[in-house]
Amino acid sequence: MSREIKLRKYHAQVWDEPLLMDLSVEGQRGLLVPRAEEEIRARYGSAQDLVPASMRRRRPPDLPQVAQPQVVRHYTRLSQMTMGNDVSNDIGVGTCTMKYSPKVNEQLCSLPQMADLHPLQDESTVQGILEILYKTRDFIREISGMDEVSFQPSSGGQAVLAAASIVRAYHTARGEGKKRNQVITTIFSHPVDAACPATAGFEVVTLMPDAKGYPDIEALKAALSERTAALFVTNPEDTGLYNPRIDEFVRLVHEAGGLCFTDQANANGVLGKARAADAGFDMCHFNLHKTFSSPHGGMGPGCGALAVREPLAKFLPVPVVAFDGKKYRLDYRRPHSIGKVRDFYGNVQVVLRTYAWIMSLGAKGLEAVAETAVLNNNYLEKLLTAIPGVSISYGPGRVRLDQIRYSWEKLTAETGVTSEDIERRMTDFGLQAYWTSHHPQIIPEPFTPEPTESYSKDDIEYWAAVMREIDREARQDPNRVKSAPHNGVTGKIDESAMLFHEKCMFTYKKYKQMKQAG
Amino acid sequence: MAQGKRIVYPYIPNSAPKSRQEMLEAVGVRDVEELYREIPERLRLKRPLNLPEPFVSERDLKRHVQEILRRNKSCEEALSFLGAGCYQHHVPAVVDTIVNRGEFLTAYYGSTYTDQGRFQAMFEYVSMLTELVGMDVAGYPMYDGSSSAGTAVRMCARITGRPEVLVPESLSPMRMKVLENYCRSSEVKALRKVAIRWDTGLLDLSDLKSKLGPTTAGLYIENPSYLGVIETQGQEMADLLHANGSLFAVGVNPMSLGVLAPPGHYGADIVTGDTQPLGVHMNYGGGACGFVAVRDVEAHIAELPPLLDSIADLEEGDGFGFNLFAWAERLSYAARENAKEYTGTSTALWSTATAVYLALMGPEGMREIGETILLKTRYARDLLAEIPGVRIPLEGAHFNEFVANFDATGRTVRRINAALLKRNIFGGKDLSKEFPRLGQSALYCVSEIHTAEDLKRLAEALKEVVR
Amino acid sequence: MNPIAGMGGRVGLKGTDGRDIVARAVEKGARPEAGRRAGEALESLAGLKDRIEVLTYPDEMGEHVVRAAGFACSVLGSIRSGQTTPEDTRRAAQDLEAAGVDLLLFAGGDGTARDICAAVGDRLPVLGIPAGVKMHSAVFGISPRRAGELAALYVEGKIRGTREAEVMDIDEEAFRQERVCAKLYGYLRVPSEPRLVQGVKAGGGHGEASALRGIALDVTSRMEPGVAYLIGPGTTTQEILHVLGLSGTLLGVDVVVDRRIEAADADERVLLETVERMPARIVVSVIGGQGYLFGRGNQQLSPRILARVGKENVIVAATPGKIFSLRGLPLLVDTGDPDVDRMLTGYVQIVTGLKERLVYPVAC
Repeated sequence: MSREIKLRKYHAQVWDEPLLMDLSVEGQRGLLVPRAEEEIRARYGSAQDLVPASMRRRRPPDLPQVAQPQVVRHYTRLSQMTMGNDVSNDIGVGTCTMKYSPKVNEQLCSLPQMADLHPLQDESTVQGILEILYKTRDFIREISGMDEVSFQPSSGGQAVLAAASIVRAYHTARGEGKKRNQVITTIFSHPVDAACPATAGFEVVTLMPDAKGYPDIEALKAALSERTAALFVTNPEDTGLYNPRIDEFVRLVHEAGGLCFTDQANANGVLGKARAADAGFDMCHFNLHKTFSSPHGGMGPGCGALAVREPLAKFLPVPVVAFDGKKYRLDYRRPHSIGKVRDFYGNVQVVLRTYAWIMSLGAKGLEAVAETAVLNNNYLEKLLTAIPGVSISYGPGRVRLDQIRYSWEKLTAETGVTSEDIERRMTDFGLQAYWTSHHPQIIPEPFTPEPTESYSKDDIEYWAAVMREIDREARQDPNRVKSAPHNGVTGKIDESAMLFHEKCMFTYKKYKQMKQAG
Repeated sequence: MAQGKRIVYPYIPNSAPKSRQEMLEAVGVRDVEELYREIPERLRLKRPLNLPEPFVSERDLKRHVQEILRRNKSCEEALSFLGAGCYQHHVPAVVDTIVNRGEFLTAYYGSTYTDQGRFQAMFEYVSMLTELVGMDVAGYPMYDGSSSAGTAVRMCARITGRPEVLVPESLSPMRMKVLENYCRSSEVKALRKVAIRWDTGLLDLSDLKSKLGPTTAGLYIENPSYLGVIETQGQEMADLLHANGSLFAVGVNPMSLGVLAPPGHYGADIVTGDTQPLGVHMNYGGGACGFVAVRDVEAHIAELPPLLDSIADLEEGDGFGFNLFAWAERLSYAARENAKEYTGTSTALWSTATAVYLALMGPEGMREIGETILLKTRYARDLLAEIPGVRIPLEGAHFNEFVANFDATGRTVRRINAALLKRNIFGGKDLSKEFPRLGQSALYCVSEIHTAEDLKRLAEALKEVVR
Repeated sequence: MNPIAGMGGRVGLKGTDGRDIVARAVEKGARPEAGRRAGEALESLAGLKDRIEVLTYPDEMGEHVVRAAGFACSVLGSIRSGQTTPEDTRRAAQDLEAAGVDLLLFAGGDGTARDICAAVGDRLPVLGIPAGVKMHSAVFGISPRRAGELAALYVEGKIRGTREAEVMDIDEEAFRQERVCAKLYGYLRVPSEPRLVQGVKAGGGHGEASALRGIALDVTSRMEPGVAYLIGPGTTTQEILHVLGLSGTLLGVDVVVDRRIEAADADERVLLETVERMPARIVVSVIGGQGYLFGRGNQQLSPRILARVGKENVIVAATPGKIFSLRGLPLLVDTGDPDVDRMLTGYVQIVTGLKERLVYPVAC
């Protein structure tokens, strides 16, 4: 049934690549730039004369001087020492929904009609991109069940922050802005669901889970009051459990006068199966750079698409793309808007990729995405729970959706090998390090894989085989695991340096100073 | 659900029937539907999503999207003088090559063991950026220039414990909108405007002095200003602010710093900005990449949004690795109980683009491009000033952008730009609604991509249009 | 190491505090447990053998078990082997402190913790390997192995933070008669568990010191004039007094009205009189390793007082690190009055930082 799994004799590329600054050679040039034409220079003489004396740069910046081939080589080598999704099996990177970013979408993004558009161009010259924005908005409306969408937030966190701003605007408009200053969330929701309302000035009340691992509805009832502004919750949570009483949660919060927002970072398994609006939510968001295939970029750029019900649409950031049947427009006439959360319109190229991805899949394709993500996850579960040191907390017998938080607790008790040790050791087999858990780590020795629909059966089996091998190794030769990585770019890094300000070296200049000081 | 032949999707390996079937059997279900049993029926969507028929072949998809994109006219196909926060510069081929490498493009936060290359690129970016702006420390990039400014402004309030921050009245309304949203219900209780002198475009120092007080956390200015003027009074502002116990934050266009003194050289405590001009395509505004840089003062570093890279020794042998500093609390100084911040995805890929750009340019390249821009900006200014009816209202020195006033032509900027558009020229941003006191004015942006011929063509076209 | 710790438990005696009790334990066939537990902890430090210096006390007070674990060590002090007393523990702690150790690791129970606390207070970091019968103090690792690992992380410099942990003192005689009367004896400073409070990928959390300050700012910003605040024992509530510019009693209950201390280390009579006279709120933290709100260490806040003040006027303050060290188990109340206990059970909103609350279950 399954192919025989052979563990790779992986080794990372080790270039021992110097820091760019150490490649610098006085006088080398990487690029020549256009000079002002003769007639211009004749007219004005030295450009320095055009700058008031006090503002002339006297000490040139100490930038490296490197010729072009050397720059190419340096950065290409650095890329070879980076385990992007194109290279490695990222099943372990749970909650991040690491999926394949289709190359055709990259081609489309490179076209000048995307890459070289200025955001202030006359609307008649950008009807194409406005159409993309408008139509993708329609897709997100349909997928979420909501009525209006903004692509301006540039990340999940920024979307959650914008949602928190809308909550405030909503209650303020009803004269309850000062009174309703509490946001409720759960401990297994993503940390931005607490951190962003706090950034927006709310008091944050966090609920602990009940004994079964679900958000505790009794705790919710105890927390609700006339001060409740909103519920901010991720569903399904990172445990992979869908809260079957989620609509009841929403109803209770609505009855208390609060709004409900759901963080849909974990939407990959429910696309087309269950919608935020149908559970009663007023607002939700999606990470277009996760669920909708835009590449992660090494931490962005991304897009947190924020979708809201009609009564809240007036608060969305400006501008919104409007269509009168013939032409697309940027609509700024929105007096109740919270204003802007970022410059211009957001990371529009991320929306372009989303459009193309959805247009390549359609409704049936999205359904296949969700179903395969869930099937992949359940298949992985079967393989992982057969490993002696692995356990799952909560919900015995419950089916989980797109990801699961496991625990190595049993293995750690028996061998002393921890989840962090395994996180390093697994990279010796060509796997990207897995995601353990958000903090605080309620589930001990956690790891949270998420086998999105982009992984094959072989990929999943390989991943599980590596875990099994490390489990065996932990019992027979724990030191090998604890002293990992062995096949990485470097050996173990001195992490203690992070604890003391005097030992931190954030720049090359500081690094050199510290080295010279000895 | 409709039966019939299931499509096998190229992006979904386990849509191949054989794999799918094997996995269903292993999991012990006959239909994937059974795996959704924890979601109550009442919450299930009982119809297919209403989405357009897809283009399942790549050829059809590409053609479809390209057709839509053809309804855009890019700045490569027209002659554009738009700036105002997003800038058209030459993006070197090497930059595009590197940021399109799959390893960088598809990485995420990774680990310091598996992604050494990415961490090194980020470390080198911070090293070069801090050199450019004359500061000591910077963290992971922010979303854009406005979120950096917002962060700086809130940092001023946190560090000084004071509630008010001063900003120049010449800030773009877009910047003000983002700042106001950022500061709502935060440590910053008031953003107060300081006048500029409408003859020179410089900040009005006497107005600043009158507004400095015990509640002033800091001043945030931009240099060059939104209107393109090079601010020359930086050191005096720094001195006034520091004497008042306030902080000095400056937003820059980093493209100017090969020729202009960086704020770190005239007393700034915090420097912010957007590195999009350095090697990032405009992407209809999606190329933004903000930064916040501070001095090596523990109390200031502790207030940065909490993601920084630090180079580190290895436990054994020489060589280096990197530590991801995700926790400002690890520093001994931390007054963060009032600091409500968050972190996550921002704009890392563009920081790699900027790093490659700066690597190619070096100090000489940055000086040369700065000089080219200075000269061309000045040339364009003078060409436009020669046109009957066109006036240049602000006297100060400019970099990259300048205001042109068309009141005496009797035409609105709107009409002028519409006419220019017919000639395939994108005229400068219409300022008439943003700054009514400037009348019918537009913000023209000139960079190294404009040749002398381009500028003469603009002047000719304007001459015709306003005749 | 307290060589006789843990002996009382297995044979049904509650502790080993008196010599005759020890003798009885030995008669009943008890074997010293502490050595085995200490050995488990030291295994976790084995990798650091060549890089750390171990100091210890002679024979069964540490030397034997340290050498058996393969460590070279320097031996301080002198004892009468086979006849060690709490005084030996205190001297050992003092000698090790004087020798300048970075971490004092001990195997024992509450009694040992109390002796060490008496000797060194919170002047140096201490960590307990759980090996006693009574372990109500919050100074122990959750298991011998985990204590060893935490010690290793700390001496390697991989964690640097410490937190104040309660040392509980239980009346031995009462304990043997099935009555639990716990007192908060004092505090030791223990290495802070790293994974409980640090975070990646979303940031925005706090370390211990920052959380304490945040809690204090939160509680003090809500204090109303003309209301009596009964501030319970502990370092968390101590910070509240500190922010007000007051110094109260670490181990006792202080009454604060209009930002002034009206009564320090008040007994039940004074407290009752106060709450009958004026509106009152009680501010308590979580005491001990098992998470007691009432009934351990703050018995001055009697059932009568609690009934009078009412659950809605009880403010619970605790750092996230403290709460998560409870590993999901509910907070406990044991006031001695079942009705008052019932009143207090359910859920409580704990103040965990400035404008941060955690809804947590309370059980009795």
